[in-house]
Amino acid sequence: MAGLRLKAFSTPLLDPFDLELEPGECITLSGPSGSGKSRLLRAIADLDPHGGEAWCDDTAQHNVSGPAWRRKVGLLPAESAWWSEQVSDHFTRLDKTALAHLNLPTKSTEWQVNRLSSGERQRLALLRLLSGQPQVLLLDEPTANLDKGNIDLAETLIEEWRKTHDTAVLWVTHDPDQQRRVGSHSLVIRNRGLVSAWN
Amino acid sequence: MELIRLTAFDLSLAALLVLALALLSFQLSLGIGQRLLIAALRTVMQLSLLGLVLKFLFVQSHPMLIAALALFMLIVAGYEVMARQQRPFFGYWGMGIGTLSMFISSFSVTLIALSVIIQAEPWYSVQYTIPLLGMMLGNTMSGIAIALDNLTQHAWQQQREIEGRLMMGHTWEEAIREIRRNALRSGLIPIINAMAAAGVVSLPGMMTGQILAGSPPFEAAKYQILIMLLIAAGTGFGASAAVWIGSRRLFDERERLRLDRLRPPRN
Repeated sequence: MAGLRLKAFSTPLLDPFDLELEPGECITLSGPSGSGKSRLLRAIADLDPHGGEAWCDDTAQHNVSGPAWRRKVGLLPAESAWWSEQVSDHFTRLDKTALAHLNLPTKSTEWQVNRLSSGERQRLALLRLLSGQPQVLLLDEPTANLDKGNIDLAETLIEEWRKTHDTAVLWVTHDPDQQRRVGSHSLVIRNRGLVSAWN
Repeated sequence: MELIRLTAFDLSLAALLVLALALLSFQLSLGIGQRLLIAALRTVMQLSLLGLVLKFLFVQSHPMLIAALALFMLIVAGYEVMARQQRPFFGYWGMGIGTLSMFISSFSVTLIALSVIIQAEPWYSVQYTIPLLGMMLGNTMSGIAIALDNLTQHAWQQQREIEGRLMMGHTWEEAIREIRRNALRSGLIPIINAMAAAGVVSLPGMMTGQILAGSPPFEAAKYQILIMLLIAAGTGFGASAAVWIGSRRLFDERERLRLDRLRPPRN
């Protein structure tokens, strides 16, 4: 059984396609802006209406409630949302040692959300997503606002997480070097479909 | 005490004042003169018509006729709630939510008042039914409209926060909880303020009317108290219903936020 399996899956911008991600596998996704990468991730997380069916391990999307599915299939949007004042309000459980892996001080959970820099937001949003222990990660340009050093840290953290938890990862990135570094396959959206970027 | 009857001349004097205001508006190009005149004209026509209809109903007080008028008032109020929304729901929901909420609150509260509290003979007597229902609908309407508008506007503005919570696996109720609470609160504030100011700052319209018509002031005060309490209850329950149905409608069966169910603002 695959970590994530899509069958005849379609969105308003993508014709029906099949896709399989093994547990622990990372596939990158790219495509021109407006081609529907973010909308595809949103549809897989069942935030937008879509066609076809999706499975996470043995669980079919339609067999569980939307929230239960989204706890399994975690989406990290390009711009993270913060609905409460303090960072810690957004975490149900937090492994404080994980903060250090992303170069964040232990005290950062007490920070006010509106004073975070875009890079801090992005790193904290990643930790917030992982704290829910999803079985599949959908990452929408997770390192877009980070500098070189923090990109390395984030990539390492995600890779270690993927290997220890056998998590399937679908990673949207434009950077060809990053595609080669983090993914075993690379897909690109072309003419309303997914094609392999390199063979 | 006998009511001093107003003549058409008396009313035209008051109308002249509104005309003067409209002139001022055109002079200062406030851009509201036309709307003012149309609204004033509507007041004159609608109230005259209501007066005639009630006059007819006082003579011919068949329960079905009273029910028909009550239903008509309800539907107009439902339409008015929708018209006050910047982003009403598409389809039947647009009018349905307001109408249904007013039906379950205003209608039922008025029925309780008529049958249990006032106990007129017969209980549906026009003299009590229509004025009472009118007061209820008119006042709960604003509360419901404000609450619903507040709900949809904030859901629209806080789309990212709501969806951020959904992405974390929160349920729709968790994701909308604060917005819903604030919407309900905003709908209740006007009636709370009105109750707090009643008799001290403002002399409520119905009590004024009864006193003008020659009722003993203390009797008029008791009726006004009854009305205020009923309006507060009706507004609260009506706004709760509207906010509950509206917030549920913002999400679909997969608990996705569905802002595409809201119509974009007209301007």
